[in-house]
Order: sequence, then structure tokens, then C-alpha cells
Amino acid sequence: MTQLALVIDLNVCVGCQACVTNCKEWNTSGDAGPMVDQNPYGKDPTGTFFNRVQTFEVGEFPNTETVHFPKSCLHCEDPPCVPVCPTGASYKRKEDGIVLVDYDKCIGCKYCSWACPYGVREFDETQKVMKKCTLCVDRIYDPKMTAEERRPACVRACPTSARLFGDIHDPESEVSHAIREAGGYQLMPEWGTSPANHYLPRRKTKLRIREDELERADNPLKIDGQLPKPGMAEPSLDDVTSW
Amino acid sequence: MRPAFSVIFLTTLIGVGQGLFLALFTAQSYALFDLLPKQDDLNFYAHGSALALLFLCGGLVASFFHLGRPERAWRSATQWRTSWLSREVIVLPAFMGTVFLYGLAHLLDWKPVLATLPGGIAIDATVVLGGLGTLLAFALYLSTGMIYACLRFLREWHTPLTVINYVLLGGASGFTLAAGFAALAAPDLARFFAGWALIILLVGLVSRVASLLRNRRLKPKSTLQSAIGIKHPRIVQTTQGFMGGSFNTREFFHGRSRGLLRSIKWLFLAGVFVLPALLLTAGLSGAAGFLAAAFVVQYLGLIAERWFFFAEASHPQNLYYQSVA
Ligand code: SF4
Ligand code: SF4
Repeated sequence: MTQLALVIDLNVCVGCQACVTNCKEWNTSGDAGPMVDQNPYGKDPTGTFFNRVQTFEVGEFPNTETVHFPKSCLHCEDPPCVPVCPTGASYKRKEDGIVLVDYDKCIGCKYCSWACPYGVREFDETQKVMKKCTLCVDRIYDPKMTAEERRPACVRACPTSARLFGDIHDPESEVSHAIREAGGYQLMPEWGTSPANHYLPRRKTKLRIREDELERADNPLKIDGQLPKPGMAEPSLDDVTSW
Repeated sequence: MRPAFSVIFLTTLIGVGQGLFLALFTAQSYALFDLLPKQDDLNFYAHGSALALLFLCGGLVASFFHLGRPERAWRSATQWRTSWLSREVIVLPAFMGTVFLYGLAHLLDWKPVLATLPGGIAIDATVVLGGLGTLLAFALYLSTGMIYACLRFLREWHTPLTVINYVLLGGASGFTLAAGFAALAAPDLARFFAGWALIILLVGLVSRVASLLRNRRLKPKSTLQSAIGIKHPRIVQTTQGFMGGSFNTREFFHGRSRGLLRSIKWLFLAGVFVLPALLLTAGLSGAAGFLAAAFVVQYLGLIAERWFFFAEASHPQNLYYQSVA
């Protein structure tokens, strides 16, 4: 069985909101209808988004760390939002584990949003139906796209590659490796929803510089800056030129 | 959670309708065994059923205001295998239909005897319909209560007390209304209903206070630590990712002060229990004014009670929506 999911690397995310923007752009232009904003240029702009990037501060000043935290539907393996839906509009696909809302069946009762502990379902005030991340189900199978393009819009947009996409049930996939080797974890494990999306924790990043790297042990004259300068037009090589 | 008035009216109105029907059939069952005087079919049972239907219809209409797409409401009957909301959607009209038939059978005096109990007690069609209606009334209380009680993240609701309270508070308000109605339509029953209303009210007070005490002691299971998976004891949100609000900030926060919540709690304890208990006691003599006042006060109290029920529940998603920047 396939379970598609995102793995989000909190060590890499810089909180640039590119995924939020690209998600909205792609999904507001699709067949399923726009994700309309209310009051977009007014005082309190609001609207439907599938993906939000939040920021948390961990620790006490001055020892604080800023954590950017992207959040969208986690496509739970045991999704509590699905069985409560009275119309069957919310469902989990057998073939790839994506949790979807059928906008043509949804009656907008909002019950599913009560049943999701993660607050990722958003009611569309214009279309009057419940919306949420689809893992770009309308991209990832599109035969007209190249393999590179057949990935969720947010993944494509991320400038730091903080978002990985793949099948977490395939032990050899990129996402499974990341979860195994970089300590991937799930949100709110206490509810037993078994979210498919995983997060990779922050890591200590250390920059190791050895003395000989500073002193340029390979410099035979032991004096920097005294190498003969080649002419401007000459081909240059690292460690030889200093233009 | 933000209390939605559509749901407040839905749950309180159908609760009254179910309770009133149960009261009518209780009287009929007593009369069947000659424990109470027999009542006039038209004046008491038919009109009483019509009154119950009126409340049930009111609730049904209110429920449509909760839906974004009411024209598709029929679809909500399809998932009864898994969804309590779907079950409620099926049981409510079934119950309304049964109440209608029950009233109609009394109105037309359609009473074919279907069985006879030892001792010569005839079980006629109205008794069978009444029994069916009783089952459906309890099934409806169960469905309504379970809609809330089955959500394990909303721990204030995730307790059998939720269902018990729906049964008892709905039952109490229905019996109170029955007492007021009987004062006009069947004066010799007013005392009977008022007495039962008082008993149900007292039991309801015990279970409602039990749920208040339980919820006061609840500790949230989810924390900011488990929400974002970082173990540090001090985490604060600097931004929730947007400034103008979203569905998540509107639907799950009541936005009122703790003080107001506390006042509403005392208000409903007085409105649902204390005042109606006094008025019912005063009305035990059968004074229609006291009994009617008891119902009106109690219904207003129930609106406050339901408002508090929703506002009190705190959703774990709120952890993600703490800070605008
Ligand atoms: S994250 Fe919420 S909406 Fe998504 S599958 Fe899980 S419970 Fe359902
Ligand atoms: S809002 Fe739509 S998807 Fe959610 S439970 Fe209601 S009908 Fe189902």
C-alpha cells in the first residue's frame, strides 16, 4: 500500500512563505474552483489556505531559537476527520492514502474540522464547503507534466528543499530514508491519528575549522599575499590568484 | 469552541420536543394500567403531539442554518455506519414521522387492537406507535449526545455525561412543558408531570454538576511541545502565519472573557435548575401560570447551558493559533 506524504525539515525551513504562496496559486487556479479571499485589500484580509507557515520561539532570551513551522493536512493514516463526515465527502483514498474532500458532496457542516486536532481544515466562505490540502492530487498524476513537475506545488517552490515528497510505506523512498535517518517524527502522537506527514527535527549545526586551514599549510612561502600576481588576462586557478 | 446559535437552538428545541413526547406517552402508559385517568384523544394527545412536532420542526429548521450547502442536506443520511451526525439526520425525521402518526392515530381515534396483555389490557396502535416513538426519542438523544461525546480531542465532551445530560436536560424541559400544557388541556395530569419534571431536574442537576466538576479538573493532553514536536519547556508562538484571522481563529475560539463564561455558568445553573424547580414546586397545585413560567425560564436557561457547553470545550488546534504578527 502506498501512503504519500510530505516530510518537512525544520532544520532547513527559513519561513519564507514561498510554499504558502505557490500552494495558493496552484490550488486557486484548479478545476475545483478558486480559494476565494474576503476583504483581500482591506483591514482584515482573510481567506482559505491549505498551508500555513508559523513561527515559534524556543528557549529563553538570549538562548533562543526561531523555528519556522509549515503546517498543512497531515494525511493521517487513521484520519479522525473521515468517519465523522455524514455525507462521505471526506474520504481517504485507498490507492495512495491521500485524504480528500469531495467539494460536490460536502454540505459544509464543519463537523470534520472539529474532529481534526491539527486545525488544518478551512471552510471556504464563498464556496461554502470544507477545504484542505490535496497533496496536489491534480499535479502528481498529470501525464502532461514531466516527472520533475509531478510533485506538490509547495515542494517545487521551496528554495531550501525543506519539503520532501514521497511514499512513506516504501522503505527505500527518499522520505522513508529521511524519517529513519534524520529522526522524523509525527505531530501530537498522543491522539493515535498516525499522521503520514513527518517533521525532521532541528539539528545542531557546527562549523569545524582547523588551524591549518586558516594558516594555509599548503602555502609554501607561509606568507599570504606575497605570491606573484598573475596578469588580469591570464587563466586563474584557486589558491594561485587572489583577484 | 465558538457556540453556533443554529446548533444551540437545534439541540434545545428537539430536546424539548422529545421530552414532551415521552411525557405524553408516559401518561398514556400509566393510563393503560389504570394508574392515571384516561385523557381525551384530541385535546390532550393530538394537541400535545402537535406541540411536540412544533418544537421538533423548529429544531430541524434551525439545523439548516448551520449548513453551508443546505440544498445537499439529503446526502448527510448516507454515512450512518460511521457518523453519529448521519445517524441523527436519519433518526430525527423518523421520530418526527412517528410523533405525527401517533398524534394522527389519536386524532382519528384509529385504535385497532394489535395484542392483548394478560389481564385484558388492550395494546392498540397508539401504544405501539408510542413505544416506537419512545425508542426513537432515546435513539435521538443518544445520537445528538454522541455527536459531541465521540470527539476524543474535545475532552470536555468526551464523556458519557454528555449523553446523559442531553437525555436529562431534554427530558426535564419536555416534562416541564408537559406540565404547563396539561394545566390547560388535562388539569388532573399537571401535578403528575410537574412531579416528574422535578425529579428529572434533580437528577439532571447532579449529572450536569458532575460534568462541570469533571471538566474543571481536566488537564490538556496536547501541549505546544507535542503540537510541534519540540521538547523544550519554553515555547512561544511569534506568528500564526497570517494577520487577518482565518476559519481556524473564528470557529474554535469563543473570544469571551473568563468572567463572562463564569457568569453564564451561574446563569444557566439558576435558569435551568433553581428557578424552574421553585416554579414547578409552586405549580404542583396545577397553577398554569407557574408551570408556563417554569418552562419559559428553563428554556432560556437551556440556551445559556448549551452556549456554555460549546464555549467550555477547548480544541487542541487552538495551540497553533496563539499569536498574530
Ligand atoms: S491532519 Fe486533520 S484533516 Fe488531515 S487527515 Fe489528519 S485529521 Fe484529517
Ligand atoms: S463539512 Fe463537508 S467534508 Fe466536513 S464533515 Fe461536513 S460534509 Fe463532510
